[in-house]
Amino acid sequence: MDALVATWSAQIRSAGAAGRALWISAGGTKAFYGGAVVGERLDPRGYHGVVEYEPSELVVTVRAGTRLADLEALLAAHGQMLAFEPPHFGDAATVGGMVAAGLAGPRRLAQSVGTGAVRDSVLGVRLIDGRGEVLAFGGRVVKNVAGYDVSRVLAGSLGTLGLLLEISLKVVPRPVCEATLVYRCSQATALTCMQDWMRQPLPVSATAYAEGLLQVRLSGGEAAVAEALQVLPGDRLPVTAAVDHWMAVRELAFARTTAAALWRLGLPASVPPLALPGTELVEWNGQRRWLVTDAPARVIRARVRALGGHATRFRGGDPTVAPFPASSPVVAQLEARVRAAFDPQQILNPGRWHADATD
Amino acid sequence: MNRGYAGRGAVDPERRRLVVAHLRAAVPGLAVLDAEEAVAPFECDGLSVERQRPLAVVLPGTAAEVSAVLRACHALQVPVVARGAGTGLSGGALPHREAVLLSLARLDQILALDPVACTARVQSGVRNLAISEAAAPHGLFYAPDPSSQIACTIGGNVAENAGGVQCLRYGLTVHNVLGIAGYTVEGEAFAFGGAAPDAPGLDLLALAVGSEGTLLIVTEVLVRLLPRPAARCCLLASFATVEAAGVAVADLIAAGFVPSGLEMMDQAATRMVEPFVQAGYDLEAAAILLCEADGTATEVAERVAAMQQRLQASGATRIAASRDEAERLRFWAGRKNAFPAAGRVSPDYYCMDGTIPRRHLGAVLTAIAAMEQRYGLRCPNVFHAGDGNLHPLILFDANDADQLARAEAFGAEILRTCIAFGGTVTGEHGVGVEKIDQLCAQFDDPTRVAFLRLRAAFDPAGLLNPGKAIPTLRRCAEHGREHVHGGQARFADLPRW
Ligand SMILES: Cc1cc2nc3c(=O)[nH]c(=O)nc-3n(C[C@H](O)[C@H](O)[C@H](O)COP(=O)(O)OP(=O)(O)OC[C@H]3O[C@@H](n4cnc5c(N)ncnc54)[C@H](O)[C@@H]3O)c2cc1C
Repeated sequence: MDALVATWSAQIRSAGAAGRALWISAGGTKAFYGGAVVGERLDPRGYHGVVEYEPSELVVTVRAGTRLADLEALLAAHGQMLAFEPPHFGDAATVGGMVAAGLAGPRRLAQSVGTGAVRDSVLGVRLIDGRGEVLAFGGRVVKNVAGYDVSRVLAGSLGTLGLLLEISLKVVPRPVCEATLVYRCSQATALTCMQDWMRQPLPVSATAYAEGLLQVRLSGGEAAVAEALQVLPGDRLPVTAAVDHWMAVRELAFARTTAAALWRLGLPASVPPLALPGTELVEWNGQRRWLVTDAPARVIRARVRALGGHATRFRGGDPTVAPFPASSPVVAQLEARVRAAFDPQQILNPGRWHADATD
Repeated sequence: MNRGYAGRGAVDPERRRLVVAHLRAAVPGLAVLDAEEAVAPFECDGLSVERQRPLAVVLPGTAAEVSAVLRACHALQVPVVARGAGTGLSGGALPHREAVLLSLARLDQILALDPVACTARVQSGVRNLAISEAAAPHGLFYAPDPSSQIACTIGGNVAENAGGVQCLRYGLTVHNVLGIAGYTVEGEAFAFGGAAPDAPGLDLLALAVGSEGTLLIVTEVLVRLLPRPAARCCLLASFATVEAAGVAVADLIAAGFVPSGLEMMDQAATRMVEPFVQAGYDLEAAAILLCEADGTATEVAERVAAMQQRLQASGATRIAASRDEAERLRFWAGRKNAFPAAGRVSPDYYCMDGTIPRRHLGAVLTAIAAMEQRYGLRCPNVFHAGDGNLHPLILFDANDADQLARAEAFGAEILRTCIAFGGTVTGEHGVGVEKIDQLCAQFDDPTRVAFLRLRAAFDPAGLLNPGKAIPTLRRCAEHGREHVHGGQARFADLPRW
């Protein structure tokens, strides 16, 4: 394994010296996300396996090339799971790719314990930066404020800060009990319900709305779930149907075959229905909305920005449309300087971070 | 503590005069303190063994004034040390003789509280507890609850990534802050994060949290509020040895419990606080655990019963459950007042803050007990056991130079032990000036160089809180030599991660 690290380090160094671009790609399951990269391929999958897993610590350290499915199976065998229910988008998904993409699934905004964004679970990373240096940030303990918290910044960095080698993640116990309710209503009613539940101490671990149906998942102890079933509306889904349903939400099954653009919209809580043309999947109490649409990017971005949100062309659609919205000039400059601190020659995944210049 | 801090020494009166005159001209109406007696109250933070007078103190009343101060200081290339309430325990807000001390305490307005979105937008000088107080009428609260929450500011919490008892269940500051706004060292406005989750781009919010005033000045914070649990119950469990209590903690977590508080106090700590607080602790136990469940009434009843069973199986010799809210608060009062109690039984105390993997709690506490003998100083332990975050309180008298030296050596050995057990030198109090040398041991050269590059990415001239948080390479080179001389480089062969 160390030989592999040395090889990659040398490869990055010589690419830097020659100003040659490198394209970091493992399973390629999220290759669609972000701008296209042209460069020499660097495949981290050779670096795989569990480095340390002590279930009583609720921490796991794995090599970045480990298959995400393998990690999830290991955790499940010990009654644990990743807190953020990440999408795979294919069997080949790796843990490194999951962190670099930084995408969380249905459990993201749950009130239940320890859930959150991908970065909320990242405790430490080892990586090779754009100079070919091996760096180790953070650690394997849940509370650690020594040095800047660089590990969390790797989540969602799309391979532009370094080649991830090892990642330490906080994990959580699987809930003792889960139940899913389905309720037919309008989107406006669904949004009001979701936001209402958010304000109450209910064990809601996911909400979704599509095609006239509101689904809510409850996770927790027997008593908590039983109590919530009494007060929330809707019919209970059979267990396997519920599992399939949340898997479909997590993997965005509704948009799998479309040729139109799939947009990922992030919004503040309490935004009413957007009334944009297309097919929608609402999640996270209305704070994430997926939209399959042919509407022009300009229209979508303007509308979402006016509501205090952000819009990403997630998959498909017009490839000339920048996938990401622009940051403010001050933030864009800071982001560029942080990237330069890790990758001064801009050889790691150049073009992947493609933000709208005119937005 | 840090012998090499360059900010120490007498203030140059001429420099003071020039800088103050410039600030007054550049920011009309700004509150500026420059008389010795006026700046004296700002000469230390919660790490009171370190004291230094600042060049001057400014107390802006608006965010615009903060920006103007930064612009003026940047033009003069005068460094700036931010200060919230000054409760920090690592000397992060310790003044610098050449720097302006920027107090953010007057930015104390709650700007908006949205009970529908469950968020509050507050200025950085708002006290931690004031947020929960404002949220209470809506049935909401702000989860991170440092023991200093009556006094410390949200800006200071963001700068330190502060934790608290409830963080085991609800996350640290970094998990509960949705966005921040403020100014760069040049005085340019920035905003990171916001009410819409998971914006694409680099997560500079995560980087800013815990950056100890070295990257940016924060003037506004958007926090997430959570619904207040309907019921809470606290268990007090006694153990015959600290090792047994440590094992019980690991057992609880391994069994899938996530208590809304899981704290340990050893016998020295319970005996220290009981006379002041009358919490009702078992003073015969070698260690006690405080273990809390929250949720709906049935949920709490269910969890308390299960945790009680688990604690018993792990060898608890006695378990008491709080019967009402008054009793629950009394149980916690002892824990929450441990630091003030240490201040009453000893002229000085030195609070350490290492974190270790939970399974090593027993071994590390035993090692600390051996150190008590070796250094001839008492060291009660009261800490966030569920997170493995230790707070050994080394009791000493700073007027006795020998005791001070022993306390420092004792603390340094505890931190080296934490690193050796795969942990970190600071879980929540920050590096400040205090633990800067220990960072040399925790991170290798290339990683520390990366930290310095990051710092320069935000602050190329190094004007924000110089000498704190991240050691320079030269410092580590010197520290490394000292270490070898002292024969202390005992764990040199262990991986530093
Ligand atoms: C009795 C006692 C109990 C404590 N208990 C806990 C505990 O349980 N958990 C815990 O985590 N900590 C605890 N602490 C430590 C301390 O209260 C926290 O670190 C707190 O977050 C500091 O807040 P402050 O406003 O006092 O910041 P200060 O001490 O004034 O400053 C701390 C750091 O933040 C920087 N800073 C402050 N405001 C800003 C700003 N607006 N922008 C940029 N930088 C800024 C300063 O430069 C400094 O580096 C305790 C302290 C005491 C005295």
